[in-house]
Amino acid sequence: MKRETLVWTVLLAVAGAYLLWRTASFGGATVYVRSVDGLQTTATAWEGMAGIARPSISRTVGVWMAAIFTLCIMSFAYKDNPFYKFAEAVVVGVSAAYWMVVGFWTTLIPNLFGKLFPTWINAWAIPDLSSVHDDNWFFYFIPLVLGVMLLWRLAPKGAWIARWPLAFIIGTTAGIRLVGYIHADFLSQIRNSIKSVAVLQAGAEPTSAAAVLAGLDPWQSAKNLLLIAGVLACLVYFFFSVEHKGLAGKVSKVGIWYLMITFGAAFGYTVMGRIALLAFRLEFLFDDWLWLLDPRGSRPPDWTGWW
Amino acid sequence: MLKFFENLDRRWIFLMMLLAVAIPILCQWRFPETPTPLVRDTFHAVDDLPEGSDILLAWDYDPASEGELGPMATAFARHCCEKKHKMYFIALWPVGPQLIDDTINRVIKSDFPHLVEGEDYCNLGFKPGNEGVIKVIVTDLRQLYTTDHRGTNIDKIPMCRDKRSVRDFDLIVEVSAGYAGLKEWVQYAATPYPEDVKIIGGCTGVTAPQLYPYIPEQLPGLLGAIKGAAEYEKLVLDKYGGEEEGKYQEGLRRMGPQLVAHLLMIALIVAGNVIFFAGRRREKQR
Repeated sequence: MKRETLVWTVLLAVAGAYLLWRTASFGGATVYVRSVDGLQTTATAWEGMAGIARPSISRTVGVWMAAIFTLCIMSFAYKDNPFYKFAEAVVVGVSAAYWMVVGFWTTLIPNLFGKLFPTWINAWAIPDLSSVHDDNWFFYFIPLVLGVMLLWRLAPKGAWIARWPLAFIIGTTAGIRLVGYIHADFLSQIRNSIKSVAVLQAGAEPTSAAAVLAGLDPWQSAKNLLLIAGVLACLVYFFFSVEHKGLAGKVSKVGIWYLMITFGAAFGYTVMGRIALLAFRLEFLFDDWLWLLDPRGSRPPDWTGWW
Repeated sequence: MLKFFENLDRRWIFLMMLLAVAIPILCQWRFPETPTPLVRDTFHAVDDLPEGSDILLAWDYDPASEGELGPMATAFARHCCEKKHKMYFIALWPVGPQLIDDTINRVIKSDFPHLVEGEDYCNLGFKPGNEGVIKVIVTDLRQLYTTDHRGTNIDKIPMCRDKRSVRDFDLIVEVSAGYAGLKEWVQYAATPYPEDVKIIGGCTGVTAPQLYPYIPEQLPGLLGAIKGAAEYEKLVLDKYGGEEEGKYQEGLRRMGPQLVAHLLMIALIVAGNVIFFAGRRREKQR
């Protein structure tokens, strides 16, 4: 046996023995549920002790599975391995099946078949859906036909038929997004960039140059000046019709600085996001699974801890 | 020594980061938070509305971003409950309805049991179509939302009877993990209807830099990642109490590991640069 395999086998055996001992001693990872309006909702161990809630086997198994899958995925940080591959395959499979089921019940049934055959859908699938046709209900045959055409690519012949609905999807998406970007990101951003570089404090009147200087809000004015300088410098940097030499070169260098600061801020935010996700998973492992800590106060104190 | 650091296995870095996050969690280190003006604006957008206002809460995220966005979703929901606002939950992400249910169970059913489903809050569920959904419901809600997530006809839900479009709501609160999310809500709801639609929200760290240009004209309030969530929690706790409830302080708790991990990150960046330049100088000397 290789030394690395031996080390990992011993570590896993020790961790497994510790988990077994903890589970047998404290019932770690047990999830309690109580009934609210006929639905099962998660409860605290205190409520379990008081007899209001009861342990749920399915949810407890769920916590164990979530913990094991978390460790399987985290194991990739060490190196690629069969546990990671297994967890990855399960995620892909479950996600695909989930999308299919959700798509069927939230789109096809209420928004297509419910419009075309309301009586049938009302009787068979969704009793609260209207059982009468809307005005112009026959227009819904168009998406039905386009949908069938899209599925035609699975047939051995006539795959080209699927290009027509695809063209429709691409065309409409491009149109919708073009309008959205022009309005919200192009025109509105130009308007938002037009700022006064001499912002006056509340109550100050610009009656003369001296009055403007006296009533100037220095911080807000500096902020606006910085913003306008940044927009202009970055625009010059991306303006390639003039060689970046002389004044244009100097301004474009300022633009690079602005861009670098932006990328740095974006990287900082990304780091913060990833650390939050790691903290969340570790909190889950330490709290919900291992009961090493109890920040929500959901268990008696002597149930929480290392021993 | 320099050679050792130049060829250091990156897994040692992973281990250091794991410890930097795990130790503050296990020791339950907490640090004080001072809310920034942007988070205060977000808080006041909800708080300054009169009691009983209609708030559309769009939970556009999934379990992969729960760690960042779950705390702010909980804080928004609790704040709306405290202000007795009417809450209409929707989702553009397929697992949104489950996360909405989670929020309803954790906040509304456990701490505000007097609120009635259908009168004080409702879960209208998920609709596929991304920005297409926003584009439709901004003028006609009922064209897509004919039932709630359980299949109850929207006309049988008392609080929905007079709602014809997104413009009928006093505020939209969007918790966004990416596409479709806050950017699309700004593009297709807030920008075309600036007088009728007011949007605030929270987002992941990765998407935050894309949203800052919309502040404040198109987006008057934004919670950027877990830091924004922690500051918002602080404001809600200061005004409405609840320090004994751990579930309302998840963001504040996660700022402990953030601080230590960020210090480690800065140290690693500095160390990496020092090692790089020292190595380059040694090469030149040769």
